Formats: sequence, structure tokens, C-alpha cells
Amino acid sequence: MARVVLVGNLAQVTGGVAEFDLSATSVQQLFRQLGELHPALAPHLESGVAVAIDGQIFQDALLEPIRADSEVFLLPQIAGG
Amino acid sequence: MAETNGHSRTNGQHYVGTRTVRPDGMDKVTGRARFGADFNLPGQLIGRVLRSPHPHARIIAIDTSKALALPGVKAIITRDDFADQPSEFIPAGEMMMNYKDVVRNVMAREKALYEGHPVAAVAATSTAIARKALKLIDVTYEVLPHVIDVVLAMRPGAPLLHDDLFTAGVEPRPDKPSNIAKRVEIKLGDVEAGFKKADVVVEREFKTAPVHQGYIEPHAALATVSEDGATELWTTTQGHFIVRAHCARLLGLDMGKVRVTATEIGGGFGGKTVVYLEPLAIALSRKAKRPVKMVMSREEVFKASGPTSGATVRVKMGATKDGKFVAGFAELKYQAGAFQGSPVQPGVMCAYAPYDIENVHVIGYDVVSNRPKVAAYRAPGAPISEYAVESVVDEIAKKLGLDPIELRMMNAAREGTKAAYGPKFGPIGLEETLNAIKKTEHWNTPLRKWQGRGVASGFWFNIGGETTVSLTVNEDGTISLMAGTPDIGGLRASLTSVVADELGVPYDKVRSIIGDTGSLGFNFLTGGSRSAFSGSMAIVEAAKQIKADLCARACKLWEAKPDQVEFKDGAVRPLGALGEKVKPMTVADFAKTAGKTGGPIGGVGRINAQGAGPSFGTHLVDLEVDPETGRATILRYTVAQDAGRALHPAYVEGQYQGGAVQGIGWALNEEYVYGDDGKLQNAGFLDYRMPVASDVPMIDAILVEVANPKHPYGVRGVGETPIVPPLGAIANAMENATGIRFTELPMSPPKVLKALKDKGLNRA
Repeated sequence: MARVVLVGNLAQVTGGVAEFDLSATSVQQLFRQLGELHPALAPHLESGVAVAIDGQIFQDALLEPIRADSEVFLLPQIAGG
Repeated sequence: MAETNGHSRTNGQHYVGTRTVRPDGMDKVTGRARFGADFNLPGQLIGRVLRSPHPHARIIAIDTSKALALPGVKAIITRDDFADQPSEFIPAGEMMMNYKDVVRNVMAREKALYEGHPVAAVAATSTAIARKALKLIDVTYEVLPHVIDVVLAMRPGAPLLHDDLFTAGVEPRPDKPSNIAKRVEIKLGDVEAGFKKADVVVEREFKTAPVHQGYIEPHAALATVSEDGATELWTTTQGHFIVRAHCARLLGLDMGKVRVTATEIGGGFGGKTVVYLEPLAIALSRKAKRPVKMVMSREEVFKASGPTSGATVRVKMGATKDGKFVAGFAELKYQAGAFQGSPVQPGVMCAYAPYDIENVHVIGYDVVSNRPKVAAYRAPGAPISEYAVESVVDEIAKKLGLDPIELRMMNAAREGTKAAYGPKFGPIGLEETLNAIKKTEHWNTPLRKWQGRGVASGFWFNIGGETTVSLTVNEDGTISLMAGTPDIGGLRASLTSVVADELGVPYDKVRSIIGDTGSLGFNFLTGGSRSAFSGSMAIVEAAKQIKADLCARACKLWEAKPDQVEFKDGAVRPLGALGEKVKPMTVADFAKTAGKTGGPIGGVGRINAQGAGPSFGTHLVDLEVDPETGRATILRYTVAQDAGRALHPAYVEGQYQGGAVQGIGWALNEEYVYGDDGKLQNAGFLDYRMPVASDVPMIDAILVEVANPKHPYGVRGVGETPIVPPLGAIANAMENATGIRFTELPMSPPKVLKALKDKGLNRA
């Protein structure tokens, strides 16, 4: 099971729950599973979050694979000037 | 030349990593390059904007009848020409922006929310007539109380900008609107427990002024709309595909009917990632049925395009007596301008990123006030929060009697360090930049009285994103590269080198251009230090297609199997016994006979680039303070930053130097000065003091190269990070020169002089 951590304000939507163990094998599955657990999270996931998988930050990458032992952080999206 | 991730090679034609001549250089030094205001069309009209003279006012009525009756006036637009937009957040630079706000920012609707807010626009046959028409537009305002300062704007009872703005990020949801748009935070470990372990704790409050990106070229746009709605736009922008999306959305146009060309750009630094004139020019052209050209004055740039936030920041850090950081707290209050969306979120995430600290808690507030809406500015939000932290780090070093570089080294983030914002870092180069600075002759040079030396480090994430490039092999064997991200800091030179190395052709046989939105697939904008990183990845993909195609053609021509050929050093080469029968064919050889072997040769790289490597830098500065005037003169400046691998070292150095100079201005002189009437007092370069060439020494640049393993050449973005450390480094140097810790930027001569007088240190 991948360990999934919500960073920052996202945990407010889940009533303070910030850590999950999920069986997702891709970012798309991860979003689906989180949305099923906490429907209020779904619009936030759809509007865009960055996903750090084992230290590497991905943005807009629904098909990115997640391993069973992965550590995943959901972050605010990042851009720049 | 060192190999990096297997992508440096070919038969002596190594251009990546060398200082090639810039493809756009000749046009720029001869004045032939065409920037935004250089474009004209037959029959064009001149567009001008009527702007609010009030910082906060309800718009009761707009009467354009007298202006429309003026001969030569062909169209006038107001709020009535823009359909309202639903509340929907979109990425804008590093921030999220709401279309409901975007439509109100390009043209005021219910209220004018800052001095300079557009209220109407005119298209006329001459500038003089357009100006005269603006004076004939009668706007009835109900002037409202205004608020400029971020702390005052947060207070209960402050003038309210939006009666539907309820603070997001707090539970329960407030039952009253306020100017606090959002509260954000990150937490790591237990910060209170961390402070209990600390032997030394330093807590300070800092203030920074809003500063403008200061691009030398003002905003400019030329639009023409045909009778069937086909729209063409030329504009100076960091992202013409984003401009297309915004204009199509705001004006109800099909994206496919809007063709946007990015002109040469005279600087952006984040400030040209949003739209101001573009939708107005299109709306005017649509109404007048003639091309419309609009160019901002410098005063308009200052008053009505986004600076970055000013802020109030409180930082509290704790360390053990041997120098280990054990806790970091910060509270950031960032000005968003008239609409929500300051860069406080990245400010929160970056504040402690350079350090390995177990316990971190950072809170941020996004606050609206009657100022122009902020826009991105290099590493948006990071310079402010990291300035405050770097100042406190230096104070801790002093309290503990430690060398400031050694203290940073002791606590530096390394590969495997858990960043305060969550994930662990991969290979990064902060430690290497600190080592590089420590080894410089600069670090070891003695100083005199009133001279001070400061050091500070900085971090930015970097991004990738959607990118398309096309490579075309022309009939004579030359290569055309089309990229879709505007070239601000040497993109064409960097990417040309990559094409030359990938295809094994001479650098001067590759010509690179920036394609318009009708000529290339989608590209996200130039920003976030992404264009060279992502563009070079896309080129590798496009070049792979060409190499595979040429190998396939060779197999057919030579009646060979795929494993009997390879592409190497600019040619398809026969392997083994086949080499005795046929000779290698170069790219140019294939080009000559392309029509007979399958048709035109080319490749298109379409990627959503991932794997951006974070970039860290460390800056070292010497300055001298004149105790009679309070003026600080920068004597010497050295930048060390991890570039992963520099595709074009001269341009990477240029990014380092440019960021340092902009940071010097932010630290020492630049600020928006408002009067009690809520109006900007210094909307021009005479009064808004940016550094000029005579203000700064040559900036020494040290290229640290810790390869990014996720990029084929090892590249990291380099454009954002260099503006992060200067604020802290200069503040630390000021303390070392004067013995005074300055906590408010800019450290301008009047402030410094007053502080010296207060301490009895002034000679006069």
C-alpha cells in the first residue's frame, strides 16, 4: 500500500485526516480512491494539485505509476515567474 | 565535454555546454528585432485606456456619447462589452486566478479597485484623438474609503473590497466577508516541542515593499478581427498560448479562430504571464472592424500591471548550542492587490526549504487591498519568506559565534532530506554552492570600516509542463526548429545547441524561431524556469523520430535490416559487413532525396515534461555604507547556483547576474510609494529607483553542476532561484557593515541614515 500524505490545507477538507494507506497504482487511481473516501476532496483534486511520488514532483500526470511502497505527497500546484 | 545522462556526444560537434552565438543577437544589436510596439497594420487605429483616478470607487454610470461623437473615434468599450464570468480558478503564473476576477481586472465592473483600473477604452484614428476622447467619457463614481497596507486591510472594519470574499482555509467558514482571501499553512513535526529543545531562539518581524518586475518593454498588443471572427494578435508575452486561452474565454471566441504571435520580448520576469491590453485590443477591433494597436506608457505599467507582493513576515527559529536547527515558525501576510491570488502559498513552502529541520510550521495569508493585482515575479513569493529566514539564520550564527556558511552547511538540505513541504529531495546542490562560495577569494578578502559582507542561500522548485517543438529537415539539410515558448533569456541559443548535438549538424545550420499558436501544438508559458528544461526534452523526442525515420529509409535504400544500421555522429551508418557495400548517409544526404524516399523529414516533440530538479543557490555580497548619506554601494557580488547542467553557460550566468541585480534593487531601493489618497506617487523610473549599470559591479557567477537525473542532459531550471538569496545576503551585509539589523525593505538611504542617527553612528 502506498503511503499518501495531504500537505497544507487539503487536510481541512478531510476533517483533519492527512495520511492514508492506499492501493492505487497510478495518480488517476489515487485521485479516484481519495475522492471516494472523501467526496469533498474530489473538486480540489480535479482543479489541480501536484503529486510528489518518492520525492519527484509531478503535475497534470494522471497516468504516472505509483508503487506499493511509494511515499506520495499531494501539494499545491507550482509554477513560477 | 562531460557526458551527462548519455546525451553529450557526436563527432566533435559538441555545442551543448558551449557559449554559442545567439541566433537573435544580430537583429537585437542592429535594431531589426521587432518587439511588441514595433508591429503595425494598414488602417490600424490607436487604442487608449481610461483609468480610474480613485483607488476605490463604485462606478455608478459611464456616458460615452460625447466621446463617440468625436470625429475619428471608431469604437469605445466598457464593462458592457465583456460578459460576466463564473467563479472558476485557473493557473496564472504560480498563482491561481479566478476568471470572475480576470474579467473585472481587464475592465472594471461594479467598482474601480485601484488607481489605474481600466474603466473604458477608445479606438481612434490617432493618439491625439484617442486621448481627447478619453476626456469626453463621463464616469460617475461614488468614492469609497480605501486601504493600501496589508496589516490594516486585515483588521476588522477595514474598507472591504469584495462583499463576497470569505476567508478560505479556516474552519468554520467565517460568516462575514473580509479582505483576507485565504489562509494556508504547512506543518512538519511538532514545532513547539522543537522550540523546547532550542538553546537559542531568534524571533523577528520583517516588512518588504511591493516591487515591480521592471521589464524595459511596456505591454503592447496589436489585434485585428475579420468579419468572420478570425482574430490575429501580436503581443509581448511570456505565453501566447495562455493569452489565446484567456482572450477566447473572456470574449467568447473559438480558440481555433484566434492566432496569437509572441513578438520579441523586452523582459517579463513573470509580469507578462497575464493579460491586460490583449482582450481590450481584440474587443475594440471587433467593434471598429479595423486593426487596433495599444501600448502602455511606463506610468500605466506601474499603476495597472502587477508588481509582486509587499509583505509582513514574522519568523521564529530555534537552534541548539552546537548550531542544529530544531524548530522554524513563520507567519506570512502577502498583499494580493485588488483581487485574491498572491504568491503566499509558494512563499510558505519555500521559507525553510534550504534546511533540514524536523519541526516547521508556516502560516500564510492572502490579503486584498486597493493596489494593482499582483503578478508573478521570479520565484514568486520565495524571496520574501526566504529573506526573513536567511536574516534570522545569520542572527543565530552570530549568537552562537559560528561561521554563517558553516552554520548553513551544518543544516543544509541534501539528497534524502525531507523538505518542510513534504517530499524528500533527490540529488540537489545546496551544499556544493556553499562550498563553492567558501572557496572563493571573495570570501577571504578583508574588509574595511563601514564595509560588510553577507551570505544567504535560496531555493526554488522549478517545473516542466506541456511543451511542443517541431524540427524540420529542409531540402538543403539545414534544420528549422520551431519552439512555442517565448525566448526571454536565450532559449533559442540553448535549444539550437541541443538540436545540433542531437542531429549531429553544425550549429549554424539550425535556425530557431518561436512559432505562433496556429503553427504549433500547445505550450505552457515561459516561466517557472521551464522553457530550456522542457524544450530540450521535447527536442530529444522530436530528434528521436527523425533518427528513427532516417534509419528506416536507410534500411530500405540499402535493403538492410534494422540491426544493420545506426544513427551516430550526424549520419546513418552501416554496421558490420554492410559497411563494405554502402557509405554512411548524413542528414543532408537524406534531405536531398527526401522526396524519393518517403517525403519530407521532420519530427514533433509533444510532451508534458516532468522531473524538474529543484535549484539551490548561495550568494555572497560586499557593500559599503556611507554614514553621511545612508547610501549602500555594492562593492562585490558572487553567485553560486546549481544549474544541473548549463546548456549555454553564458545565458545561465546571465540569469544569475540578472536575478542578483533585481534582488539588489528589491533590497536597497525599489518600493511603491502611496500617498494618503491611495495614489501611487512614484510611477516612473525617475522616482522608482531600479539599479542601473553604474550601481552594480560585475557579478561573478559560479556554475555548480549537480546533474538532474530526470533530464536527458541533466538540466535544472535556472531563472527563478537567483532572485531569492540577494535580499537576505544584502540585509546580512548591512548588519555587518553597520551593526544594525534592518528588518524593513528597501534599505534605502533615508531609512539607513535614520537608523545610523538613532544609534549615534552618523558622522554628519
